[in-house]
Amino acid sequence: MSMRSISSGTSRVFSDAWPAVTSISALILAWEAYVQFSGISPTALSAPSRVLIQGFEQREALASHTLATLQATLFGFSCSLCAAFLFSLLLDFFRPLRRALFPVFIITQTLPLVAIAPLVVLWFGFGLTPKIVLVALVTFFPMLVALVQGFESTDRDIEALLASMGASRRRIFVAARLPSALPYFFAGLRISITYAVVGAIFAEYAGAVRGLGIYILNAKNNFRPDLVLAAVFVSATLTLCLFGATVLLQRLAMPWARIAEFKP
Amino acid sequence: MSKARLELRSVSKRFDDLEVLADVSLSVQPGEFVSILGPSGAGKSTILQLLTGALRYDGGSILCDGAPLESDSHRFAFMPQRDALMPWRRIIDNATLGLEVQGMSRAAAREKVQPLFAEFGLAGFERHYPSQLSGGMRQRVALLRTVVQQRSMLLLDEPFGALDALTRAKMQRWLSGMWTRHDWTVLLITHDVREAVLLSDRIYVLSPRPASILRHYDIPLPHPRPPAGDATLPAIEADILQTLLTLEE
Repeated sequence: MSMRSISSGTSRVFSDAWPAVTSISALILAWEAYVQFSGISPTALSAPSRVLIQGFEQREALASHTLATLQATLFGFSCSLCAAFLFSLLLDFFRPLRRALFPVFIITQTLPLVAIAPLVVLWFGFGLTPKIVLVALVTFFPMLVALVQGFESTDRDIEALLASMGASRRRIFVAARLPSALPYFFAGLRISITYAVVGAIFAEYAGAVRGLGIYILNAKNNFRPDLVLAAVFVSATLTLCLFGATVLLQRLAMPWARIAEFKP
Repeated sequence: MSKARLELRSVSKRFDDLEVLADVSLSVQPGEFVSILGPSGAGKSTILQLLTGALRYDGGSILCDGAPLESDSHRFAFMPQRDALMPWRRIIDNATLGLEVQGMSRAAAREKVQPLFAEFGLAGFERHYPSQLSGGMRQRVALLRTVVQQRSMLLLDEPFGALDALTRAKMQRWLSGMWTRHDWTVLLITHDVREAVLLSDRIYVLSPRPASILRHYDIPLPHPRPPAGDATLPAIEADILQTLLTLEE
């Protein structure tokens, strides 16, 4: 079963991916052609080939800044995940708290990042802390909502069954509500991880020693759009990799969801 | 009659303004297969919820083996209408759920349940997930999960209601055979008259809400019952159906 599903899985990835690969290649080719034939200044718009070459020359600087961004993203996201899980437990076991806390969490989602980022840097300095705070700020609420909704999605019949067996509230939570929330958790994780990278770069843009955000800011101030685009390309790749990691994690954590339909 | 496995004496239950059970009296003797039939919304599942301890009754009394039933005693093994299998647990771990809740270790519970897989027609499917099984097989897993809890009575809530007609007929025969071979006491809730007549020693017919016992049928025929043997079964079935249809008017 495993060998067949793996090989069919790979061929499916290829058949799923080729339209996207084709459209992206066409876009890059059109961009390259436009820059070559329109005579536009490279300080306004750089050709993809130039972005690639300059980016490659700057690879060491880019790599170290990417590492800083990755660190801020993962740290901030882990903190946010822990907090979201703790609060989801609290809200699940003490329902009345929902009315008190949800409005507060919603307000945190309405704050414009442009205004908040410089303030957070002002309060916490140029180190790792403001990035963690901002990443947590943008990812906490989606994760919390995903978890709370996931717990609520639990099959009532399964809960009634466990109760009839004499299971305690805690037991029902661990045996039924927690596993029921997994699909919601991973859906939230996929969305939030993309927010997390953007949040980290925004925090760095507002002030930092290292990171893709500050790299982009410096490149812009030095009239180097090619390096801005190179950094953008790197951050997009980083986000895609993290996204892929969450998908992989979900497949590992929920083996029952990918079992091929086999009925005797 | 004092040592009935289960005895309900004039049990009543109301939700605010809604009187659901007016006066329900019934009994189940050890080793008996008893069914409760009734129109939909008559309060069949309310009776079940009283027995599983999910609800408290307002009046009357419920006795189990002669002693009052405490709401937290969990004396009965409950099988819900839909199989309620956990999609994330393998079949064997779904079957052991009740034992694990009772405090048995997973390894010990697996060891205890494993020998029963062949008899339930589930041999070889221990490591599968519920989504890989057909509806009939899932119901057999649910019944296995119910039986291994070794409670004093099985409470079956329309166990085959969600199955297609052919699978349901097969499962009814199968359950009839299983019941004959084991010493199970069963209380079945159903709205399928044929199912009740095929499986039960006795049948209680509920009136519409607020429910009381409208009729009571004895079916003193041996189990398992052939599909087209005795003329008694169709006669009883027709009689019950007539009773229920008259109620609707």
